[in-house]
Amino acid sequence: MQKILCSFLALSLLVCCSAQSPESVAIKTPAGFSTVVVGKDFGRVRHIAINSNGDIYMKLEKLLKGKGIIRLRDKNKDGVMDDTLAFGNYIGSGIALKNGYLYASSNSEVFRYALDAQQNLVSPDQPERIVTKLIDKRQHANKTFALDNAGNIYVNIGAPSNVCQELDRQKGSKGMSPCSILDSAAGIWQFKVDKLNQTYADGIRYATGIRNSMGLDWNDEVNELYITIHGRDMLFQDFPAMYNQKQGAELPSETLYRVKKGDDCGWPYAHWDHFQNKKILNPEYGGDGKKEGAPNAISPLVGFPGHLAPNALLIYTGDQFPARYKNGAFIAFHGSWNRSPEPQEGFYIVFVPMKNGLPTGKWEVFADGFSGLEKVNNLGAVKHRPCGLAQGADGSLYVSDDNKGYIWKIKYNQ
Amino acid sequence: MKQLMIVIGCMVSIVLMSQSTPSSKASAMRGKKIYTTYCLACHQADGGGVPRMNPPLIKTEYVNGDKVRLINIVLKGLNDPIEINGDEYSNPMASHAFLNDQQVADVLSFVRSNFGNKSGPITPAEVKAVRAKK
Ligand code: HEC
Repeated sequence: MQKILCSFLALSLLVCCSAQSPESVAIKTPAGFSTVVVGKDFGRVRHIAINSNGDIYMKLEKLLKGKGIIRLRDKNKDGVMDDTLAFGNYIGSGIALKNGYLYASSNSEVFRYALDAQQNLVSPDQPERIVTKLIDKRQHANKTFALDNAGNIYVNIGAPSNVCQELDRQKGSKGMSPCSILDSAAGIWQFKVDKLNQTYADGIRYATGIRNSMGLDWNDEVNELYITIHGRDMLFQDFPAMYNQKQGAELPSETLYRVKKGDDCGWPYAHWDHFQNKKILNPEYGGDGKKEGAPNAISPLVGFPGHLAPNALLIYTGDQFPARYKNGAFIAFHGSWNRSPEPQEGFYIVFVPMKNGLPTGKWEVFADGFSGLEKVNNLGAVKHRPCGLAQGADGSLYVSDDNKGYIWKIKYNQ
Repeated sequence: MKQLMIVIGCMVSIVLMSQSTPSSKASAMRGKKIYTTYCLACHQADGGGVPRMNPPLIKTEYVNGDKVRLINIVLKGLNDPIEINGDEYSNPMASHAFLNDQQVADVLSFVRSNFGNKSGPITPAEVKAVRAKK
C-alpha cells in the first residue's frame, strides 16, 4: 500500500511540475548566464523596448483586444510584471525609447508618445505623428527604425518585392533595370524626431539597395548606423541549374552592414555570397552564380548562412555582461522558411564581438533552443521565433517571440 | 421498384465518383511531386505555411471550397489582403500557369486529399475549362 501511495505521489509530483509551464522551452546560453520568462501569451510580439524603470513595451503585429502596443509594469517591485496597459490601435513592428519619448511605427507611419517624470504616458491615445504616407504594399511592410543622438530617426522602408522582377516572384521573370522600387523603398530614410507629419519630401534617402532591414541600431561607440538585411529568396527554386538544393539553402548570405550616408548595399542587382566573399550578380540580372555585380555597392561586415532572417540588432552597451560583449552586436534570427526542402535553421540569438565598430572575431550562437525542436522541417511545428531584442537599464538582455508572445530576460550571474 | 433501383444506382455512382477512384489516387501521387517542386518552399512540407507570409493549405475554405476559385489561384496567382483562417499573409503568390492542365489537376487533387483535407479530386477537364475563360 505504501509503495502504491509513494508511486502515486511521485506521479502527481511529476504531473504538477510538468504542467507548470507546458510550453516553456529550455534556453541554452554560455556558462554564467541564466534565462527567465517575464511575459507570455501576448501573440505576435515583434520589437520591444525597456524603460529605465523596468517597464517593457511590446509592439504587436496583430491587435490584441483591439490594441497594438502593450506595456508591462512591475508595480509592487516584487520582480513579477503585474500590471498591463494596452494602447495604440495599429499593427506594426518598430518600437524604441529615447530622451523621454516612446516611438512606435505602423506599416506606413511613425508616432511618438511623451513620457512624464514618473515614466507614465502623457496621452497614450494622442501620440504625435512624426512620419506619414510611407508605402505599405504588404510585403516587407514593417517600418522598423533606429534613433541617433542628434535628433534623427532612421526608418527602414522594405522593398515590396523579392528581387525587383517585372513580375514579382514569377519564375523566369527578368529583373527591372533600373529598379524603380528604389525611388520610394528598398532603403533607409532619415527624418527628424521632432517634426510632425513628415513625408518622403521631408526625409532623406540615407542609404539604398537594402531589400528589407528588420534590425537597425545606432552604434554609440563609432556614432554610426548598423543594420541587418534579409537576403533574397528562391535561388534554388527558380535557378536549379545554377544553385543546387544545398546551395539554395545556404545562399544568399544574411548580412550585417555598417552604413554611412549615401551608401548602397547592392539590392536588387547583387547578393552577398559568404563562401566567395563577393557581391554576386543576381541571375535575374544575367548572373551565373560567379559573375560579380553592383560594383559601387559596399560589402557587409558579416555574411551569415542564408534565410535565417535577422529580425533585430542590438549593439550591447551594458556593464552587466563580461567585458567582451561590450560594443558587440546581438542579432535575433527569426528562423528560415526558404531553406526547404532542406531543414530550417536559425531560431537563435547570435553574438558578433566588435571593437571600434568592426568585428574582432567569428560570430557565435549566444542563446538557442527557442524552436523547442532538434530539427525543424515544418515551420508550423516551431514553438517560438525570436524577433525583438532590448537592453534593460541593468544591462540584462530581453528577447521577444512573435509566435506565442513570450518575453525572456537573460542575465549574467558571474 | 425499378425507379428506386435507378435512384440507388445513381446515388452509388455519385458517391463513387466523389470518392477517390484509383485514377484520382494516381493523380494525387503525381501531384505530390509537383507540390514538392513548385509549392513546398512557400507552403511547407506539411502544408502549414509560414506565419504572416505564406498561408496554410490545411482545411482552408480556398482549398476545400469553390473549385473555380481554387484553380484560378494556381493559374493566376494571388496578391490580395485576404483572411485565411483568421490571419493575413503578406507575400504575393505568383501565377503557376506554366503547369499544364494535368499537372494543375494533380497538384490540387493532392492538396485536397492531404494535410487534413478531405475534398474530392479536380480533373484536367475542369482546369481546361477555367483556363479557357481567362
Ligand atoms: C512564392 C510563394 C508561393 C508559392 C511557390 C506558392 N504559393 Fe500558394 N500562396 C502563397 C501566398 C503568399 C498566398 C496568399 C496570397 C494572398 O494572401 O494574397 C497563397 C495562397 C494560396 C492558396 C489560397 C489560400 C489558402 O491558403 O488556402 C492556395 C490554395 C495556394 N496558395 C496553393 C498553392 C499551390 C497548389 C502551389 C503550387 C502549385 C502554390 N500555392 C505555390 C505563396 C505561394
